[in-house]
Amino acid sequence: MSLFMTLRIAVKALNRNKMRTSLTMLGMIIGVGAVIAMVALGTGAQSSIEEQIKSAGTNMIMINAGNFTQGGVHMGQGASTRLTEADARAVTQIPGVQYAAAGVSTRAQIVAGNQNWSTRAEGTDVTLPLIRAWPTKYGAFFTPQDVSSSAKVCVLGTVVSDTLFGENVDPTGQIVRISNIPFKVIGVMASKGQTSYGQDQDDTLFMPYTTVQKKLRGITYINNITVSALNADAIPAVMDAITAELRVQHKLIPGEPDDFMVRSLEEMASVRTESTRTMTMLLAAIAGVSLLVGGIGIMNIMLVSVTERTREIGLRMAVGARGRDVLFQFLVEAVLISLFGGLVGLGVGYGVSEGVRRFLEWPSVVPPQAIGMAFGFAAATGIFFGFYPARKAAQLDPIEALRYE
Amino acid sequence: MAVISVRDLTKTYHVGEVDVRALRGVSLEVESGEFVAITGPSGSGKSTMMHILGCLDRPTSGMYELDGRDVSKLSRDELARIRNRKIGFVFQGFNLLPRTTALDNVELPLLYNGAKSLKTSERHRRAMEVLKAVGLEERSHHFPNQLSGGQQQRVAIARALITNPSMVLADEPTGNLDTRTSIEVMDIFQRLNDERGITILLITHEHDIAEYARRLVAFRDGRVLSDQQIARRRSAADELAALPPVDADPIQAGLSDPGQPHQ
Repeated sequence: MSLFMTLRIAVKALNRNKMRTSLTMLGMIIGVGAVIAMVALGTGAQSSIEEQIKSAGTNMIMINAGNFTQGGVHMGQGASTRLTEADARAVTQIPGVQYAAAGVSTRAQIVAGNQNWSTRAEGTDVTLPLIRAWPTKYGAFFTPQDVSSSAKVCVLGTVVSDTLFGENVDPTGQIVRISNIPFKVIGVMASKGQTSYGQDQDDTLFMPYTTVQKKLRGITYINNITVSALNADAIPAVMDAITAELRVQHKLIPGEPDDFMVRSLEEMASVRTESTRTMTMLLAAIAGVSLLVGGIGIMNIMLVSVTERTREIGLRMAVGARGRDVLFQFLVEAVLISLFGGLVGLGVGYGVSEGVRRFLEWPSVVPPQAIGMAFGFAAATGIFFGFYPARKAAQLDPIEALRYE
Repeated sequence: MAVISVRDLTKTYHVGEVDVRALRGVSLEVESGEFVAITGPSGSGKSTMMHILGCLDRPTSGMYELDGRDVSKLSRDELARIRNRKIGFVFQGFNLLPRTTALDNVELPLLYNGAKSLKTSERHRRAMEVLKAVGLEERSHHFPNQLSGGQQQRVAIARALITNPSMVLADEPTGNLDTRTSIEVMDIFQRLNDERGITILLITHEHDIAEYARRLVAFRDGRVLSDQQIARRRSAADELAALPPVDADPIQAGLSDPGQPHQ
């Protein structure tokens, strides 16, 4: 029998029991809708993490002194003091590296008038605003002259500025004290918000790394180097080049472990992304259970239908329907229910995702492949759960079926 | 030419531990254009015979040739094909699809005719043709529940005819009908046989119904008890003419319009 006729017969059969068909479909609608909504929430969470990575800086590579595991012993970051300014200059020369900024940081108690605040003082280089795509709100970032002269200047993060001087006040030109040393405020960074791992990027202050080295800590090494690659594709190659260059700089013999760590921001964020993906999978799996229940609903109703239509099946067989014709007919009915349910479920999933985004303001994105996924799942459910009843119908004995009361 | 040629047919059912020998060696020849009634009490094996002749079941042993082809050892799918091409069924319970028009019901066998799929218009044309042959072209768009028992059985007969089968197999076709309607249905069978030369096999346990056929084969205990030509065949047309007309239901020339739709 032609596919068109099979479809027509199936639609007719489903139309005959509208209530039953729509209730069975409801199971599929809820199942597919739940899967779509869950995937949308997960994808939204993931893309918001990606957004945060981008806000932290594009194509960023972090080089930290020390190595978490050295010779099998957990050392902790910064245990090594072998990263130097010279290393930072060497890294700048590596092809594919756009900018590199030496970094050294310390905790600082910062005092302004009768206000004080404990925060992180980050010594860095003039290229940091470029690497992290981070403009100033007031004033300007420090200059190469400030770096070479270890000038006592600082640029505040908005949290520090707001705490010490009040909100929407331009503190440029004011003097703050750190460890009793006066520093001139030359600018305030624009607000950037939290990082993907919950650190407030605005609760900080920047000063030339030479200043932190000489005035605050009295050291000659640096803690880290922040690097930006020219483009994202170059990151792995650049990371390898940095590792090779630093091993030369540090005169490490082959086999000796690195005394530094090179990681890209993507890499660091990938752990977070991975855990979000796992969560998404978990949610989708739970939603998948409702798809399973919907499928069982289809199987149940198809079994009832086969029993009810035993005589019809017998008649069709008597006039020449082969087993596979009957099988196909019932399978098409099951798949029609599941596909149509999937279509409506897709709409419901979209609606839920849109509602969550609008009213709960959660990030929620229905990925385009979810459409294919919804139909794939729906069709697979229909075929899987429709097969047993359809086969049962196909294997009926025409004589018994014709006699069935 | 023999439409049906059966030799030493046996059929044994295994019911639990017991073997039921439904057919114990039956031989039968039916020529093209014959109108044969198969009768017998229940348990005589006539139903089993009908199932095997209708290719719904396979014999345990023996040979069955339908239209010169041995069909006793065909697979399920091959039997389905034979049923579609060679046999038209008429059942006691009509077996029309509910909520499906007479026209669609009649077309049903054409949906399963395999490779040579027909166009919708051609299917309609052929369905209207056979509906006309049973006098129901006016009711082609009625649903079964809008038709009387007699009309439903005529739709079923039209359905049996649509594939131009080698034979029509009617299993107790009058079992659910009253006397008058029974005669009307038998009238159609007689006309199809007389005017179109269609081979008809009528399975019935009612002797008076069997007498509308030309030849009577009586079964008992899985064997053919007697096989003879009917000397004085009953004529359904004559008997109908003798019956008083139904109220306000003019009997038409040619095929009458028996039975009214149930109100």
